[in-house]
Amino acid sequence: MFGFILRRFAVAIPTLLLLIVASFLLMHMAPGGPFTQERALPPQVLANINAKYGLDQPVLVQLWNYLSGVVFRFDFGPSFEYPDRTVNQVIAAGFPVTLTYGMISFVVAVLVGCALGTAAAIRHNTWLDYLAVGISIGAQVLPNFVMAPILVLVFTLILGWLPGGGWSWSDPAFWIMPVIALSTSYMASIARITRASMLEVLSSNHIRTARAKGLPESKVILRHALKPALLPVISYLGPAFVSMITGSVVIDMYFSTGGIGKAFVDSALNRDYAVMMGVTILIGALTILFSLVVDILYAWIDPKIRY
Amino acid sequence: MTMIEHDKIKGMSDRMAQAEVKGRSPWADARKRFFRNRAALVALVVLILIGLFAAFGNSIAAWSNEDIDYEVMGSAATLGAPSIANGHYFGTDDLGRDLFARTVQGTQISLMVGIVGAFVAVVVGTLYGATSGYIGGRTDQVMMRLVDILMSIPYMFVLILLLVMFGRSISMLFLGIGLISWLEMSRIVRGQTLTLKNREFIEAARATGVPSWRIILRHIVPNLLGVVAVYATLLVPLMILTESFISFLGLGVQEPLTSWGALISEGAGTMRYGTIWQLAFPLGFFVVTLFSFFFVGDGLRDALDPKDR
Repeated sequence: MFGFILRRFAVAIPTLLLLIVASFLLMHMAPGGPFTQERALPPQVLANINAKYGLDQPVLVQLWNYLSGVVFRFDFGPSFEYPDRTVNQVIAAGFPVTLTYGMISFVVAVLVGCALGTAAAIRHNTWLDYLAVGISIGAQVLPNFVMAPILVLVFTLILGWLPGGGWSWSDPAFWIMPVIALSTSYMASIARITRASMLEVLSSNHIRTARAKGLPESKVILRHALKPALLPVISYLGPAFVSMITGSVVIDMYFSTGGIGKAFVDSALNRDYAVMMGVTILIGALTILFSLVVDILYAWIDPKIRY
Repeated sequence: MTMIEHDKIKGMSDRMAQAEVKGRSPWADARKRFFRNRAALVALVVLILIGLFAAFGNSIAAWSNEDIDYEVMGSAATLGAPSIANGHYFGTDDLGRDLFARTVQGTQISLMVGIVGAFVAVVVGTLYGATSGYIGGRTDQVMMRLVDILMSIPYMFVLILLLVMFGRSISMLFLGIGLISWLEMSRIVRGQTLTLKNREFIEAARATGVPSWRIILRHIVPNLLGVVAVYATLLVPLMILTESFISFLGLGVQEPLTSWGALISEGAGTMRYGTIWQLAFPLGFFVVTLFSFFFVGDGLRDALDPKDR
């Protein structure tokens, strides 16, 4: 087990370094510098700006400065677009919001998805099962950028129940639509996976034994069926987490929640490479870390897995 | 007596003159099973209709996607609603552009992105996965570790990074989507190759001295077609989703080109002013197409793999 964790780390760390180096080199290969503008700056001014941001040094020196800054000091450098703000400040302003509704969405998707899938499998071929399957098929084609406008249309424009955008730390009414929009399609996927694996587990030998020795059905499900049935769900959590983080960009844009996604898209439109790279690397690090945790969790729960 | 003999012999010679009894290939079986699946069949018909809409929609549109209806421009909420009378079957947007023609254009681009993405995935993913699985050993380890690494990168962000740095053009979008689409496919194909590789016919080919690349192309790849076909069908909607996501953020295809994602984004932005048709039509096409692709993919899987039901 310890060896497995160590080996898993041995892949994760180079991946992260590769991501940092690759996005840095991409920035360098891109045509035009960050200060190339429609109206060309006087060469002396441009030289001064480049010197200030260290862009006049050799590429390898710049790469080393950037890499060591990110790795040792967690410093993504200054923003190219806003001279008075560092990338760290931009990230710090938006990240708590994204993390808050992202985590709530993740928990909602997992809990509701697992509950729905399990219920559908237990009541196989009843109206409940059909309802759950219907929901999960329908929700599959309703990604966040489709859900968001529909929700606003229904709950803000027609019913007038919920605020159509914005963020407030004290009023959960602002959180509801971002969470629903972000979690729906993953909830559907989790429900589908849970249902399929639960059905398979429920027809397996050890469940028949548990029933044969007279255990109440609730105990059969909770003690014997749930754990093996949830294994495929765990392996889906990694990709789901990545897609949710990605989806938060849409949520931030559409609901004006002020999260990190807004900073990312703004920097993409302004060609503020420093912010883009900072966000990409941060999210890459989170993703890699999360899939690491999921893999370890999986190996820990499933005794059959031997790495 | 003789008559009967003659008849018998004639029948026999007739039978012998015929080509050998026509066996049913697994593909014919699969086709039969697919056509019996009502949901998949309906979905296939819907997809064909949408394809026809993309191909010939422009010839039934009353307006071109570049024309501006100056009578409607600026007052889309009151005058731009869908109507047969003025030729705007789906209404107009705020600039007075015909939404029917725009939807046709968006459908063309979205479908193209989906199909190109899936095509790249099929070619690159199949070859990569089959090579990795067939050669095995250390090569396999390295090749699959590379896929692992690429898959753990948040590709949407990297894709946007690419688009911003090298210009937001449709060819860059194709390239970016092609770069990521093959990863999952190569994993699936590799798994399938591992099970194929120890079968007798591969062993026979190896024993007669067929070179590895020829075994991969002639013996492994044809046997992977079922899995690849199913996965490619399910990949098309995913590619469409990816493109729409980026276009929704305004980072994908640029005006005057458009796609479903861009149209949905526009409609979502203007629906507060009462132009609900701007959201409804692109959204409808998007959802129905994705639905249909998923159903066809499921139907194909059931048809090609009857055990797994």
